[in-house]
Formats: sequence, C-alpha cells, structure tokens
Amino acid sequence: MKRDRNVESTTNRSRGEIIFYSAAALIALVGLTEATYLTVLFLNGETAVCGGSADCFKVLGSSYAKVGGIPVAGLGALAYFSVFTFAIFAAFDYRQARKFFSWAVITMFAVTLWLLFVQAFRLHAFCRYCLFSAALVFLLMGLVVARPPSIQRSSNS
Amino acid sequence: MRRSAPFVIVVLVALLAIGGGTYLYRVKRAANPQLKISKQTNAQTGESAHALGPADAPITLEEFGDFQCPPCGKLSEPINRLQKQYNLRVIYRQFPLPMHAHAREAAYAAEAAGRQGRFWQMHDLLFREQVVWSSSTDPRPLFSAYAGMLQLDLGRFKQDMDNPDVQRQVELDQKRGALIGVTTTPTIFLNNQAVPPDQLSPDKFPQAVEAAVNNAKPSS
Repeated sequence: MKRDRNVESTTNRSRGEIIFYSAAALIALVGLTEATYLTVLFLNGETAVCGGSADCFKVLGSSYAKVGGIPVAGLGALAYFSVFTFAIFAAFDYRQARKFFSWAVITMFAVTLWLLFVQAFRLHAFCRYCLFSAALVFLLMGLVVARPPSIQRSSNS
Repeated sequence: MRRSAPFVIVVLVALLAIGGGTYLYRVKRAANPQLKISKQTNAQTGESAHALGPADAPITLEEFGDFQCPPCGKLSEPINRLQKQYNLRVIYRQFPLPMHAHAREAAYAAEAAGRQGRFWQMHDLLFREQVVWSSSTDPRPLFSAYAGMLQLDLGRFKQDMDNPDVQRQVELDQKRGALIGVTTTPTIFLNNQAVPPDQLSPDKFPQAVEAAVNNAKPSS
C-alpha cells in the first residue's frame, strides 16, 4: 500500500480521519472477537446457547452456517480482521487502504443482508450473535455512508 | 516509527486473535470432553437395553433416566468418567417422565440413533444440549440437527423416531422400571442395589460408586 505523501500535517482534516478510522477499527475489533469466539465454538463442535433459546443452534447448526466446510463465523473473523487492518492503515494515511476499507465494508454489508434474509425467511430463527454482528456491520456501513465529505474526498482522490 | 506503527498494531491484533482463540479452544476442549464417538456400544444378546463396558465387569450401573431431567443431565458426565475410571458396565434405560414435554421424543431420538449404532453419542449430546432443546417449542428440528452432527442417515433417523418398534422399546423400559418400583429419575442401581436419592448428586455419587467397587473387590 502506498502511503499518502501529501500529508496535511496535523490539520483538523487528518485528525478527523484518524478519529473516523479508529472508530471503525474499534468496531471491527469487537466483531473480530465475537467471530473468533463463534469459530472456536464451531471447531469444538459446541452449540452457542443464547439464553436458553434454541434459535442459535438452528442458525449456527444449519447448512447456511458453512461454506465449503468452512464456518461462516471463521470467514467473518477474516473479514473483520481485514476491515480492522484497512482502517488502521487508513488512519495512518495509507490512501489505498481507504478504498479497500470501503469495499470490504460494502461486501460485508451485502453478505449480512443475505444472512439476515436467510434467518428471517429460510430458517425462521434469529441467532443473537449473528444479530449483534449484523449491528456492527450496519454501524460500519453507517460510518462509510455518513463519513464527513473531507474524508470522502480524500478517499476518492 | 510512525511508518511501522500500523504494521505493528495489525500483527499484534492478529497474534492476539490467534492466541486468544487457541487458548479458548483449549479451555473449552478440556471442559467439554469429546463425544464418545469411538466408544463401542455393547448390546447384550437378547437384552434390548443399551450397555457400555465389559459384560463381566464387577460393577453394573443401571440407570433409569429421562433426557429432560436436569439431575440426570448433571450426572451424565460423572457417570462417563466413572465408567472409564472403574471400567463399569453401564446400562441406560428410558424412563421419560410425563411432566417433561419433550422427554419422550428425546428418548425416541436416542433409540433411533441407537438403530444406527450411535445411541451413546446421542445420549451424551442430548444431555449436553439439554437446556437448548428442552426450552424449544418443537425440538424435532434440533434432534435432526444432532443426528446430522453424528453423521446419521437423516431419512432413516426421522422414520425410526416414528417407528412403533422404537416407541415400544421406550415403553418396555418404562414398564420394567415401574415393575421394580422406579418412580422418579434418575434412579440408579449399582449391582441391583438402588443408590439412595441423597447420593445422586455429582459430588456424592462418585463416593457411592467407589464404595461399591471396594465392596465388590475379593477380600484377600
């Protein structure tokens, strides 16, 4: 990744970017923790119990919870780690990382919409862990959409 | 320093995630021993009960259990440990209590798994996941999911759950229990001697088994 050489020293704009991407990195870190936990459960052959509800098992034990034998939670962990990495690099003025960050979040958002659809209309069960993860992705998407114009400009340039 | 900072942070987080995940995996692995996939079901000829361990074991532990009964669930893992420790013969008999809404269906699920040689694996899974399926309004999809986890033929499993022979087997176990005075679960016999209910807790039961093992040892 190329580092932005036209650094605007410590202007308000770069400070805003640092705060923006740090917040995104923090959200991704929470998602990474949750996804890692679910992956560990999967590898142990355990069922995630959501306060005595069977819904988590229905969702996490379903065929939709795996892609080619790989747990979706594991893929989620990778995705969160990627978002975290891009956000950190973007916070340190790596310009290309900003684009990767946006695309990674948009992809995760699309996958999240699909997973919500599956839970609502195919499995008729909602797993609270998945809903929490969906909330994190919505937050990240919200950040991408609502980020200040100055950051959007620097991301597009 | 500033140039290398993002690399350091990312590598640190990667190490933390991998390290934390591995640690959690090990802790959970130790807390939840693997299902007894490799254990042999040792059914006696002419006896329909499910039995584990050598037929000539000095101690036979016969349990009348209900998969939805919480004390049975709490005793399940200690019994597994004791079976290994003392090489006991363990016999499980179905005694689903009417007050437990899904106990009978769970018993059918275990029997149906037994028809594919996976009774004990399903037995362990049903006790381990008791809190999950017990609170479900319709546990059948969960039982099917468990059957999938145990790599059973799902179509056959579903058919067997509704098979009158499987259901009759559960009734036979219950009748046998009623004949010898079983009214509650768990009721456990050690060499045909009923274990007093106050000793049926996970901390006291091992002592009862140890005492039975010591009594069964030939005096030298």
